[in-house]
Amino acid sequence: MSAAKDRFRSPQGGGTPFGRLLLCAALALGGAAQAQTIAVPPPSTPDAATFNYDLRPRQIVEGTWVIEGAVQDFSRANGCNIINTAFIATGAGVVVINTGPSRLYGEQQRRAIERISREPVQRVLSLNLHPDYFFGNQAWADRPTQALPGSIAGMQAEGGAYADNLYRLCGDWMRGTESTPAREPVPPQTLQLGQRRLELMRLQGHTADDLVLLDHHTGVLFAGGLVFAERVPTTPHADFERWLASLDVLEQLITSGRVKTVVPSHGPVHSGLAGVQQTRDWLRWLTVLMQTSAERGLDLGEVLRTPVPERFARWAAQPAELHRSLSQWYPRYEQRTLAGPAPGR
Amino acid sequence: MACGPLAFAQDDPTGGDPLGSMQYPSLREQTIGKAAAKFSDAVVIKGPAFADDAMNVPLLVDARGLSAVGGGVAHIRVAVDRNPVRQVLDFEPLRALPMLAFRIRMEQASPVRAFVQTQDGQWHVGSTWVQAAGGGCTVPGATRADGSWSQTLGQVQARFFNNVLEGSRRLRVRVMHPMDTGLVAGIPAFYIEELQLVDGAGQVWWRLALHEPVSENPLITFELPPQAVSGLRLVGRDNNGNRIDAEVGG
Repeated sequence: MSAAKDRFRSPQGGGTPFGRLLLCAALALGGAAQAQTIAVPPPSTPDAATFNYDLRPRQIVEGTWVIEGAVQDFSRANGCNIINTAFIATGAGVVVINTGPSRLYGEQQRRAIERISREPVQRVLSLNLHPDYFFGNQAWADRPTQALPGSIAGMQAEGGAYADNLYRLCGDWMRGTESTPAREPVPPQTLQLGQRRLELMRLQGHTADDLVLLDHHTGVLFAGGLVFAERVPTTPHADFERWLASLDVLEQLITSGRVKTVVPSHGPVHSGLAGVQQTRDWLRWLTVLMQTSAERGLDLGEVLRTPVPERFARWAAQPAELHRSLSQWYPRYEQRTLAGPAPGR
Repeated sequence: MACGPLAFAQDDPTGGDPLGSMQYPSLREQTIGKAAAKFSDAVVIKGPAFADDAMNVPLLVDARGLSAVGGGVAHIRVAVDRNPVRQVLDFEPLRALPMLAFRIRMEQASPVRAFVQTQDGQWHVGSTWVQAAGGGCTVPGATRADGSWSQTLGQVQARFFNNVLEGSRRLRVRVMHPMDTGLVAGIPAFYIEELQLVDGAGQVWWRLALHEPVSENPLITFELPPQAVSGLRLVGRDNNGNRIDAEVGG
């Protein structure tokens, strides 16, 4: 993807009014609820010579560690490690959350966890069907690997295509990786493990089945792919309306005081509403951009040249992630506009 | 002929291509024959930096920079150096502006060209480079894969949009057609060959010849003069002789 980034050019003035008008629309829409900046910790330093991801579990609260991925897009330079994985030592076994993008990641994750906790790993959860949530499952073959039923079906259906894509993007970091979907469906429920009450909730919108884990003992919310922080959200399985509704649910949880810390799958760990607001702000901007552009008669090729508003400019994974979203979703807005009644008739 | 190979060996094997593509000389010959062509910034062709969907790569071609050159634009031919089927389309703007937006299939990363002929016969070439993971020409489209193409074949959606470009009227047309490339096992080439916009008096406003790489259910964007015209129809046919004929409301 770095080639794609290098080749990006912001639109030349070129006599086209498109960019200017869109920018005005975006500015007009952008006033409400702008989220604050969240500090991004320095990334780890993966070593491509030894295929060492340099995984460094960071304890965020009692018994809870996060292994932070780079707040970037997939690339060979970061070993395609762009996801936050985590583990909770409950006193009655370790719960692992997400297993990373490759077999190697899973193996290194397991060694890192075993260096820190002597408790046996009780279960391994993948919060949704995307590859970096479960491609390390090979390292956990002797443990219960679990996900929502719909996520498992998606892993089984799409795992091969994910592998093709990640081998292309990540090269030898993927050596020996085979898509290994979670084996056990886990319904939404509350687990009592030692002193911990872990609530597993099923929300929707980032994918059709978004597992969210709230540790009531520590107030840590593992928000999965529903919350992105300081990074453009990915949308390959998005349902934008449901996603926004799920963000409202998460906002209520956070403002109720039950949530003290938010761990998104992509982006820095933070407290408060900043991640929820950033994600909502982006999804609203993106969907309004697509709707208004389609109504004005713009072609996909023109919309791809839309500059992002200033408040998003610092976020990671640009412009690739926006281009992927527009390429996938804008044609549906165009088709709806063409099928609808002509304006003013 | 005897000195031909030697002479070619001493020439630039890319034919002076600013993108350095070895396929350019043969692409040029396939597209415009033995005619000379000069690279020109007046021909703008834009694609995405990376083709996220290799079956729907959006291209914008704009040759308005040649409107006052050589009597204006007669033809715009689009071709792709490294596609298995390299010719994409041939557009005669006639009464439309010499610009066009559409989508194509790409099999791999490649230069994409717009060869523009002005009325004096001169060819002008614009280029862009599109990165792609590829595979767009050799997998069936969505309506071919699920079989739904036969229920919608030849259906037309068309809509005008005012003042996207100041003082111009944009026409977007979508024609339902699988546009099979012939490169998927067991599915012969099946694509729209001809489209034109005709008014009530029989005058042609633009004419378009299409080839296999144009994406499934082509969605094409034209710029027309601002005044409404009565009796506009989109007419054409595919390579199996199926007719396309639909009213285009003003």
